[in-house]
Amino acid sequence: MIPPAGPILAVRGLAKSFTLHLHGGAQLPVVTGVSFELFPGECVVLGGPSGAGKSSILKMIYGNYLAGAGEILIRHEGAPVNIAAADPQTILAVRRRTMGYVSQFLRVIPRVPTLDLIAEPALAVGLSRAEAMARATALLTLVNLPERLWHLPPSTFSGGEQQRVNIARGFAGNHNFLILDEPTASLDAANRDAVISLINARKADGAAFLGIFHDQDVRDRLADRIIDVSTFAPAAKKAA
Amino acid sequence: MTKPLLIADGLTKRYGAVTACDKVSFSLDEGEVLAIVGESGSGKSTLLNMLACRLAPDMGEVRYRMRDAETRNLAGLSEAERRLLMRTDWGFVHQDAAQGLRMNVSAGGNIGERLMAVGGRNYGGIRQAAADWLSRVEIDTARMDHKPTTYSGGMRQRLQIARNLVTSPRLVFMDEPTGGLDVSVQARLLDLIRGLVADMGLAVVLVTHDLAVARLLSHRILVMKNGHVIETGLTDRVLDDPQAPYTQLLVSSVLAA
Repeated sequence: MIPPAGPILAVRGLAKSFTLHLHGGAQLPVVTGVSFELFPGECVVLGGPSGAGKSSILKMIYGNYLAGAGEILIRHEGAPVNIAAADPQTILAVRRRTMGYVSQFLRVIPRVPTLDLIAEPALAVGLSRAEAMARATALLTLVNLPERLWHLPPSTFSGGEQQRVNIARGFAGNHNFLILDEPTASLDAANRDAVISLINARKADGAAFLGIFHDQDVRDRLADRIIDVSTFAPAAKKAA
Repeated sequence: MTKPLLIADGLTKRYGAVTACDKVSFSLDEGEVLAIVGESGSGKSTLLNMLACRLAPDMGEVRYRMRDAETRNLAGLSEAERRLLMRTDWGFVHQDAAQGLRMNVSAGGNIGERLMAVGGRNYGGIRQAAADWLSRVEIDTARMDHKPTTYSGGMRQRLQIARNLVTSPRLVFMDEPTGGLDVSVQARLLDLIRGLVADMGLAVVLVTHDLAVARLLSHRILVMKNGHVIETGLTDRVLDDPQAPYTQLLVSSVLAA
């Protein structure tokens, strides 16, 4: 449980621009001056049109994209870590214990059974095999994945089933801060509801969420605040 | 913060006018998996061989934190000390399993030999350890007394891994461990390696030209070209947001399956 006071994430003056060396060094400005805070128990949604840089912001916060400028401060085990300047070992420790990521697509090692995939993040934070398996089973039940699929690798599952495996895996580490990049895009209404309850339950426990949801209904039911990313457009992008 | 397990400091190797490896420095922590990627001729194998004491550098040194917690320059070890290190605390997995195995000795013998080299004398105990390791790498123990010549490529590779890990090393060098295997065999081997590395908390220096292998196994990447380190960082960061022109070329040249 994390203390309710103080943000778990503080982003200050974050900027990103891609340099395309294979295309004559062309500059592709994405965002600039991104500043906001995220508090425990809160779900903040990034809004704005496609191409506004929502995903790029999430990826910088996770350390997956290199920040061009600015700070990304995450409260990790009681002390702030600046992801924009941290070394790889520190970023990996933050990912193991504090910050999780649920992407739109499942990307895992082939031929590993679903249960093992879900248990992996739980094992990584030090749970015993039995505890990790119990957590994996509980999560797969919560996301309504049929039990006959649990011992199979997910490569042949439907889009919606894979997405639910992805969500269960994302929640298995019990992180205080979860990044959600369109995790409900290919789910039907019933399964969307299941995922929303899962997120709300973790929020009530004090976990913080930062996400992108295109579905208006999902957004309305989850978002405490919406940040319009188009206000962070660089001048060069505004002109274009 | 514990000290690094392995430190490469300015490693340089020249072959005539060609610089195979130019002042390469990095450090590796316990339990960390570092992938060295680059095309053939980039110097990645030369670097690996210098790290593993299989090739003397022209300049620079490798330092290693021994089991007694003292960090030592490997060039200063006696031949006996170095041999002991390679047999106990280190492993080396070759691309061609035949290089890492004794092909005319049984599978059980291949595993047992490493234990005997560190003083194991109890026949029953050694045989039991060999059997345990065969099942851990998913080889039927009924095949224990067969020679690796009768094994498939994937089985040989798994046997080579068992032979290396039986002494519970802290550091394993791997040179294209999944190279030359069928794709289906590769996936299973990758999963096995990943599980063993996590369970045993192994540090690994992995040389590969396959970026997908680097993504699945490594925490950090070092990109090499013409003997130079072009870019280094968190594996998914380097692959998803490469900064150097050469890394961008390398990443964008991979065919998506």
